[in-house]
Amino acid sequence: MKMVNRLVELDEGDVLLDDRSVRTLDETQLRRSVGYVIQQVGLFPHMTVGDNVAVVPRLLQWPKARIAGRVDELLQLMGLEPAEFRDRYPSQLSGGQRQRVGIARALAGDPGVLLMDEPFGALDPITRTRLQGEFLRLQDAVRKTVLFVTHDIDEAVRVGDRIAILREGGELVQYDTPNAILSHPADDFVAQLVGADRGLKLLALHRVDEVELEPVSLAGEDDPRVDASATLRDALSLMLTEAATHCVVTNGTRPLGTLSLDRIAELLAPR
Amino acid sequence: MTSEPVIPDFGQGSDCVREDRFFCWDWTQQHWDDTFQPALVEHIELTLIAVSIGFVISFALALLAYRVRRFDAPIGALSGFLYTIPSLALFQLLVPVTGLTVTTVEVALVSYTMLVLFRNILEGLRAAPPDVREAARAMGLSPRQSFLRVELPLALPAILAGLRIATVMTISLATVGAFVVPEGLGAPIFSGLREFFQTKFVVAGALAVALALVADALLVLVGRALTPWAHARRPA
Repeated sequence: MKMVNRLVELDEGDVLLDDRSVRTLDETQLRRSVGYVIQQVGLFPHMTVGDNVAVVPRLLQWPKARIAGRVDELLQLMGLEPAEFRDRYPSQLSGGQRQRVGIARALAGDPGVLLMDEPFGALDPITRTRLQGEFLRLQDAVRKTVLFVTHDIDEAVRVGDRIAILREGGELVQYDTPNAILSHPADDFVAQLVGADRGLKLLALHRVDEVELEPVSLAGEDDPRVDASATLRDALSLMLTEAATHCVVTNGTRPLGTLSLDRIAELLAPR
Repeated sequence: MTSEPVIPDFGQGSDCVREDRFFCWDWTQQHWDDTFQPALVEHIELTLIAVSIGFVISFALALLAYRVRRFDAPIGALSGFLYTIPSLALFQLLVPVTGLTVTTVEVALVSYTMLVLFRNILEGLRAAPPDVREAARAMGLSPRQSFLRVELPLALPAILAGLRIATVMTISLATVGAFVVPEGLGAPIFSGLREFFQTKFVVAGALAVALALVADALLVLVGRALTPWAHARRPA
């Protein structure tokens, strides 16, 4: 990861950014065009939240008004009310808030690429899950190429479009979509990594409204109801706890169709 | 040396002065303008010059040791060694070189500030956490920008702490300088002792203490203003 922004120099091989070797790019220019988020966040303790976010825009010598606008925009985007947080110091923030500022800071110069080195690794599970969700929402809005390192396979499956699994020694074992990795692990190492519950993880990747539903008429009066935005895993869990074989997928109150245990089993069955 | 009367104004002084009580307000008032005020001003000058020069030298040395680690130990050892020389002995040692002059006093005072200032400035510069340095580099700050915008500001609390210690210490030590030249608050302390006249050295000593307290408080205020982040409280 540090070779991408050349914090560590390459001894062999190459990293291409937009088809250009990072070796040929000016180190400073390169770093200002690549956002960098690390686990320890590394906020500047002597600068306010606003000044932290403004570091790269100031280096790029943006006009003052544009910098101020950008800072507020990013804080807003990260769910931090600018008026409340802009003038605080990092010591006055919680761990989750600090990492939000870290991400805002990395995005400030509008870099094409974002490097994230275990960004949520030091956070408690609740904050981590929430920030993953916010990160996905953010990614929908800003659309960056993100290189994201994690040791948490659930996190990888949740936030990644494509996952590269590395074994000890840096050997690339599998590089594929979360779907493919969960349904067809390349070898025992990957299978063990994704865990015995890989089927459940796979179900968690899909919303109930993504699958072909059966007619509503198949369901009984007492069958549980599940919202269209829920994952297949949520639906399965619901059916198991309610001891039902079917559930009704609804959009608000309007029933969309029926989902059965058999249908879920079918989806998981190896093709 | 000055040719002051051994015991001042025996005939015409107040009872307090004739009886050499611990503290005589009337004598203090009468001699504020010709004794205490000039001594206080001289004392402030002695201190300011010593701390300023000591700071500049220490800063340069700390910067050198910060950049080139192998200079750290020798510079630290030298300033540590200077610090161990008893002040009276150091003044005496310097007299053959620089004479009975203010220079002698300043050289000694500067030497004493160096241990504290050098150590604190160096430790301060090293205080920036590794993740903060890495973030600075990763954002494309040049080494110079990183130093000026990140490492130096983060060193300020330690530097200011060093300045406080060095200043208070210098104010105290500067009184001993009167052993070489009758400058500063040390002069009335010495002559008061020699003349067995208590008010003189009691007032001068008290002024030195007050000056140290005021200087320390001023530096605390300067520190608050320069390092607001270090005092930021978490909003409830």
